[in-house]
Amino acid sequence: MPLNLNAKLVPTVSDLKSLDQKPTRDGYGQGLVIAGKENTGLVVLCCDLTESTRSLMFKKEFPDRFIQLGVSEQSMVTIAAGLALAGKVPWVSSYAMFCPGRAWEQVRTNVALNETNVKIAGAHAGVSVGPDGATHQAIEDLAIMRCIPKMTVLAPCDMIETKKAVIAASRLTGPVYVRFTREKSPIFTTEETPFIIGKATTFWDGKDVAILACGPLVHNAILAAQELEKKKISARVINIHTIKPLDEEIIIKAAEDCGAIITVEEHQVNGGLGSAISELLAENHPTPVERVGVRDRFGESGEPSELIEAFGMGVSHIVEVTLRVMTRKKI
Amino acid sequence: MPHIHDEKAKELEEKALRVRELIIDMLTEAKSGHSAGPLGMADIFVALYFHILHHDPQNPDWEDRDRLILSNGHICPVRYATMALAGYFPIEELKTLRKFGTRLQGHPERLRLPGVETTSGPLGSGLGQAAGLAYAARMDNKNWRTYCLMSDAEQAVGVLYEAMLFAGRNKLNNLTGIIDRNNIQIDGFTENIMPLEPLRAKYEACNWHVIEVGGHNIEQFVNAIEEAKAIYEKPTVIIAHTIPGRGVSFMEKKFEWHGISPKPTEADAALKELRTLGGKIISEHE
Repeated sequence: MPLNLNAKLVPTVSDLKSLDQKPTRDGYGQGLVIAGKENTGLVVLCCDLTESTRSLMFKKEFPDRFIQLGVSEQSMVTIAAGLALAGKVPWVSSYAMFCPGRAWEQVRTNVALNETNVKIAGAHAGVSVGPDGATHQAIEDLAIMRCIPKMTVLAPCDMIETKKAVIAASRLTGPVYVRFTREKSPIFTTEETPFIIGKATTFWDGKDVAILACGPLVHNAILAAQELEKKKISARVINIHTIKPLDEEIIIKAAEDCGAIITVEEHQVNGGLGSAISELLAENHPTPVERVGVRDRFGESGEPSELIEAFGMGVSHIVEVTLRVMTRKKI
Repeated sequence: MPHIHDEKAKELEEKALRVRELIIDMLTEAKSGHSAGPLGMADIFVALYFHILHHDPQNPDWEDRDRLILSNGHICPVRYATMALAGYFPIEELKTLRKFGTRLQGHPERLRLPGVETTSGPLGSGLGQAAGLAYAARMDNKNWRTYCLMSDAEQAVGVLYEAMLFAGRNKLNNLTGIIDRNNIQIDGFTENIMPLEPLRAKYEACNWHVIEVGGHNIEQFVNAIEEAKAIYEKPTVIIAHTIPGRGVSFMEKKFEWHGISPKPTEADAALKELRTLGGKIISEHE
């Protein structure tokens, strides 16, 4: 069984029914409480979405360090920058579509260029937001954050990893963006699974093709790898939780070892993880790449699982794209 | 440091004149930049740096200093000139304004020049940062105050309105806003472009205390700053009525001078006028 034991995943990772499911946003709330105990200077700001973003968990624990803004995403970022200039570690929370979406210029100027120690939490990323529809489904956030100098960009794969990402981001000095999702998704990492910002982890060993994924879709990638095994194809699955800075070493090694790459993300294929990896490989180790994700269109209302299938990010799609990229391998 | 006496007022007016000369010099050398706003705000900057602010040019990161956020970053020549005069860096360095490798960027950057509290330029974002600073000071029981200088035209920016609501709702009495009400912006007069009035009523509606002063009357301005310190339940905004281009007659009240720098011949004429004005200031006090 090609499960990488060093990743310390839940042993039944490929048995979907056996796994607990919780949304990654729960990990945000949990991580905030732990990080808040660790650092008394940590404060949380939220724009009228306290329950939904799970910043409520922090508010209950530290009411004096929670700041309500009302529907004011742009000023939330400027106020956070001011708090950071006075030595605080502010987390700004909203839906990713509004922050960083609506507040991009404030993020660029007041946080990144100004190098203030502000952490940005983007909830409701991806089409799996579901019934709320396209206006609330952020599928461009990785692109707009990845292009900003000095910005660290994280897309954790389950609730536990999100909690770790929030704790690690709180300890880091400098701007960080963390995206998470609304819908419950399998919990398949454990407290022991390694998590270091900028260091990707191989979850599934393989040598014929590498699937580089981020967010809850990493689990779909593992299920796809298992399907591919039945076709005698050995697929490596790497969890790229840090979109920036990319773990260049592990990606280039995967390209060298496997000779074909597919990327999987709940995001536009233009500008996000798929672009980042294509750019890296084009410059360092040209390799056939195919990207799974949203292809230059907006989301729409529907059930989360329905949308993942409709937008071509289900397990069968990953298998199909993997078979396609393998035909392009240089022998 | 409350009220000022004639002697102090005279000293500050003379410094403001020197700041205006430095502004003309540096803009002429830079061959680009904004003229009207910096000249109009020279008196207020001098009052802040030489009388009002608790600060230490030798220790710009002093933890208990007052914070001065410049929201309308484009008038940075007046801040640079005043800071140089106050001893933050050599006056000679003003000649590097806007040149490659300079610490004096076209719009100010915190990480390049110690003493610049934040990076600014895109309008409207200063008040929120100032409110964040004031909020943090209150959380930590610190006595330092936060000042936020804004232009009048940027009062139209949405993010600034959000910050107005926030500061008013949180009764940030350690925050003082200062608006350069000079009635001009790049494309024309503010009331023709997008009317801002009634400005006072807008701030009052958001739970701010409002004071209006003549922006070239240093004594009045200092008194307003003192009044703000005594207001307990609200943040205060001082609407300072200024003359853009103040001190150089051919620039005064001309929106055309918002975003350009003088040519050498214009600079000569401007400096000559400022020196004549200097004579007037001295004789008024004698």
